[in-house]
Amino acid sequence: MKNLMLSTTAVVALAGAALADEVRVYNWSDYIDEDLLTKFEEETGIDLIYDVFDSNEVLETKMLAGSSGYDVVVPSGTFLQRQISAGAFQKLDVSKLPNAENLWDVVEARTAQYDPDNAYSINYMWGTTGIGVNVGKVQEILGEDAPMGSLELVFNPENMEKLQACGVHFLDAPTEMIPAALKFIGEDPDSHDPDVIAKAEPILLGVRPYVTKFHSSEYINALANGDICVAFGWSGDILQARDRAAEAENGVEIAYNAPSEGALMWFDQMAIPVDAPNPEAAHVFLNFIMDAQNMAQASNYVYYANGNEASKEFLVEDVIGDPAIYPDEATLENLYTTTPYPAKVQRTVTRMWTKVKSGT
Amino acid sequence: MRRRLLIAVPYVWLLALFLIPFAVVFKISLSDIALAIPPYTPTAKDGIWNMLTGLDFENFVFLSEDDLYWKAYLSSLQIAFISTLLTLCVGYPMAYAMARAPEQWRPTLLMLVILPFWTSFLIRVYAWVGILSGEGFLNQFLLWIGVISTPLTILNTNTAVYIGIVYTYLPFMILPIYSALDRLDGSLIEAAEDLGCSRIKAFWLVTIPLSKNGIIAGCFLVFIPALGEFVIPSLLGGSGTLMIGKVLFEEFFSNRDWPVASAVAVILLLILIIPIVLFQRNEQRQAEAEK
Repeated sequence: MKNLMLSTTAVVALAGAALADEVRVYNWSDYIDEDLLTKFEEETGIDLIYDVFDSNEVLETKMLAGSSGYDVVVPSGTFLQRQISAGAFQKLDVSKLPNAENLWDVVEARTAQYDPDNAYSINYMWGTTGIGVNVGKVQEILGEDAPMGSLELVFNPENMEKLQACGVHFLDAPTEMIPAALKFIGEDPDSHDPDVIAKAEPILLGVRPYVTKFHSSEYINALANGDICVAFGWSGDILQARDRAAEAENGVEIAYNAPSEGALMWFDQMAIPVDAPNPEAAHVFLNFIMDAQNMAQASNYVYYANGNEASKEFLVEDVIGDPAIYPDEATLENLYTTTPYPAKVQRTVTRMWTKVKSGT
Repeated sequence: MRRRLLIAVPYVWLLALFLIPFAVVFKISLSDIALAIPPYTPTAKDGIWNMLTGLDFENFVFLSEDDLYWKAYLSSLQIAFISTLLTLCVGYPMAYAMARAPEQWRPTLLMLVILPFWTSFLIRVYAWVGILSGEGFLNQFLLWIGVISTPLTILNTNTAVYIGIVYTYLPFMILPIYSALDRLDGSLIEAAEDLGCSRIKAFWLVTIPLSKNGIIAGCFLVFIPALGEFVIPSLLGGSGTLMIGKVLFEEFFSNRDWPVASAVAVILLLILIIPIVLFQRNEQRQAEAEK
């Protein structure tokens, strides 16, 4: 009997030890080179459990429900700011993050508007929201001079009516689509005035009948397979679609353009939930990600710019040399950022979005 | 004593698995949205008295004022109703054929109906994306045999939702009908035919009434889950597919408005209680008839 108890205790202790050496990461879908995950496990001996999501809203629901069980999550700037004020994250322990010196001050200055002093988060990747097109199909439908780099393509009903035959996807994210619609009509994309926000509604409703689907991740495959010809989505996702189509050699040519009217610039930040089961391992993971070579490997794979200055020398020319990923000065000037909506405005925004998606 | 204990078991079951969760959802439906963990106020942390006085029916008023929710309930009822009918039309002949098949085949046929359950529901619905999409198997096949010249748009429409629901819930329709037809005494049909009924008339006058209970059970088993269906409309439906399960998900995950989501759920439950009560009454009557 005593022996049995001893062995049970040993098993429990072992299970406890195994649990302690486990880190659970919740990141965006198609957002890392999976070789890095294996490399992390080999280097640190910590078991990595890697889950993915495709919407900030879903992540926020899990964060605000509490006890998500994740050690590292990756919200975008405005969502991070809301969740920090809800008390969802813990401050980072800088002493455990020696690689933080690799970070790029230009990006840090911008992310500080969401996370003052960058006390709760580190930048993982950043990018723009814009238009992905299947060049051949769009030119076939709209002619050689199709406005592929302009919001005209997706917000002008005349163009969209013609494009619906080959398929158009929009992001299922009001905080991306409404600012873009406001920018299209020359309003302040970051307006928090319900009357101004309301002006986006007719624009979106006008093109809604021609949108095949509102979805925030399906468009990568749909573009690459040739199922759709236009997607309003995130820069790197569309560049990944371009890459997949090129690999498949299926004759599909994808291009990404940040809208000439101005594009939303966003930042995805890694943070540690306040109730993370293993914050120690979470810091190890963040430090691993901030390693210059690791970060470069991730960017080279997903075609997003990162906030790691030291990683630049390891980036391939395809990434560092592409103005769609690392914008030049002129494009940078044309980028805008947004701030979170107050609670009451949030409801107007989400209700409008439901109306846009469902037609009622 | 033992009898009481036996009666207590289902009541404890009901209390723990239905009433307590329902009370939690109902309480949230009376709260207000907040940017906190959890994302509503008031909570038990504010003290029981403050929590109770902080509750109101604001969210239900909000639901009644916004026609989105009524449209979603109605369109869910419509989709559930039509797909139940379609499932019946497809399922009945299959159940009939199974019941009429030679005795030694029946276990195999039954097995074939149940077999799809061995694969995850999600994967089976996803497979339909591959079949129905513009570049999918169905369109490729139709183009190949020359029936159509441009691919049909089926994916992301209500048609795809109907196909998904009929496919997924078909076994729930076949099994109860089969069990009713299996028990059917073949000599009754012979008697009807001997007495001058044509085969079709005998089918309508004898077979259908005797399998009525199977039909009713099958219809409820399809209708009730189809009404609140979320996975099928979100994977196969388009932006115009309005179903309450999807609205519920949107309220909870996209709008992060737990109180309104809970209010939607409470009303959905009230709508579902009516068919469930009808179903139970039917079951009871059937049980009594068999005595």
